[in-house]
Amino acid sequence: MNKKQLAMAATVMTLCVAGTSHAHRAWILPASTVHSSETPWVTFDAAISNDIFHTDYRPMSLENVQAIGPDGSFIPLQNAHTGKYRSTFDLELDQQGTYRVFTASHGLSARWETADGERRMYPGRGRAYTPEGFAAEVPEDAHNLQVTWTSRRQETFVTAGIPDDTALEVSGEGFEMEALTHPNDLYAGETAEFRFLINGQPAVGAELTVLAGGMRYRDSQDEILATTDADGIVSITWPDAGMYWLEANYQDDQGEAPATHRSGSYVATFEVLPL
Amino acid sequence: MPAVMTRIVCLCLLVSPLLPASAQEFDVSITIPRLDVAEYHRPYVAFWVSDESNGHILDLEVWYDTGLADLEGNKWLKDMRQWWRRSGRTLDMPVDGLAAATRPQGQHDLSFTDKVSELEPGNYQLNIEAVREVGGREMLQIPFTWPPAAATTETASGDVELGEVRLVLSP
Repeated sequence: MNKKQLAMAATVMTLCVAGTSHAHRAWILPASTVHSSETPWVTFDAAISNDIFHTDYRPMSLENVQAIGPDGSFIPLQNAHTGKYRSTFDLELDQQGTYRVFTASHGLSARWETADGERRMYPGRGRAYTPEGFAAEVPEDAHNLQVTWTSRRQETFVTAGIPDDTALEVSGEGFEMEALTHPNDLYAGETAEFRFLINGQPAVGAELTVLAGGMRYRDSQDEILATTDADGIVSITWPDAGMYWLEANYQDDQGEAPATHRSGSYVATFEVLPL
Repeated sequence: MPAVMTRIVCLCLLVSPLLPASAQEFDVSITIPRLDVAEYHRPYVAFWVSDESNGHILDLEVWYDTGLADLEGNKWLKDMRQWWRRSGRTLDMPVDGLAAATRPQGQHDLSFTDKVSELEPGNYQLNIEAVREVGGREMLQIPFTWPPAAATTETASGDVELGEVRLVLSP
């Protein structure tokens, strides 16, 4: 049931490639991830910024942000607001267990050259992929045409009571993380294992960057770099307690026609607690 | 109801042969220190038994604000973060016999003799984790062997949130 819902949710969304250069980092940041009260509320920030987690660039649009509860059903974002630098919203965790908050999309992008050697791209800056737009704008026989199937996902996790796994189930569609270690059971000095999947298959050689929050208060990025192994698995040992931003990028040439390549971009926010 | 009764009877049958003939005792005395702070709240304190590799074995007692409306005290149970991870998050507090009111500064003498009677013979740790609203958090561990071969007294002392904790065992 969840898988179907997830798949549908991903399908109806459109790809937004608009102006996301690599210097800008998207994230959904929960104020807290571990909760013990009967019906806890959690507040979230969602933004695109250079520094993690300082709201210095743009708010994330909440249009496609969704939340799944411990029973696999969608729950509403409450008190949603978009300001100059960040969007905010609240969730009421009225079931015990783990919630996933995410935005996910996939679609096609294309680059080619005109007869005059002029470079073109689709979708244009600030625009979104649609099947109709792609069919109308991308010439099938263009010179040096490269079509890439692109999957994007940004997410985070929060838990009321005991962490559980229903909301963590993978959809088998797009570039995803399978949490072999529960994302709300992370502790400084311990090692977490995650498997990355592309359409349900291990994403081998995906490149990860992990950054601790509070970047404004240190001199260097201090990033942790890692690459997924032959099973798509990567291990991260958390050096300290705090909020972390994880980005994974994947590319291959296994695209289905009309695409020749596949590309995946994944971002998650984790809270690591002190032992 | 009959099923519950059956279970209780079975439990008694299982447990009774293990009950010691002697007067084994498991006593804990704990000092909540006097702190010179502008805003003082009594600490939440969790007491539990783990094995030597910190695996959770048995909860003994949890001091927190049990009397607040709408179980408001539950909101801060997670701040005893080791206990929360090892056990608390699996419970539906208040659990009878476990949930207890917070206590004031000073020494408190507790006995967990009944609760530890079900421990298999082996090496364990007594864990004491304290956390105070607008204050700090501190955790102590006292290793012990059960059942004790002789009368033993082991102590540990905290720096801020916990004073001396003394574990007194009698064979």
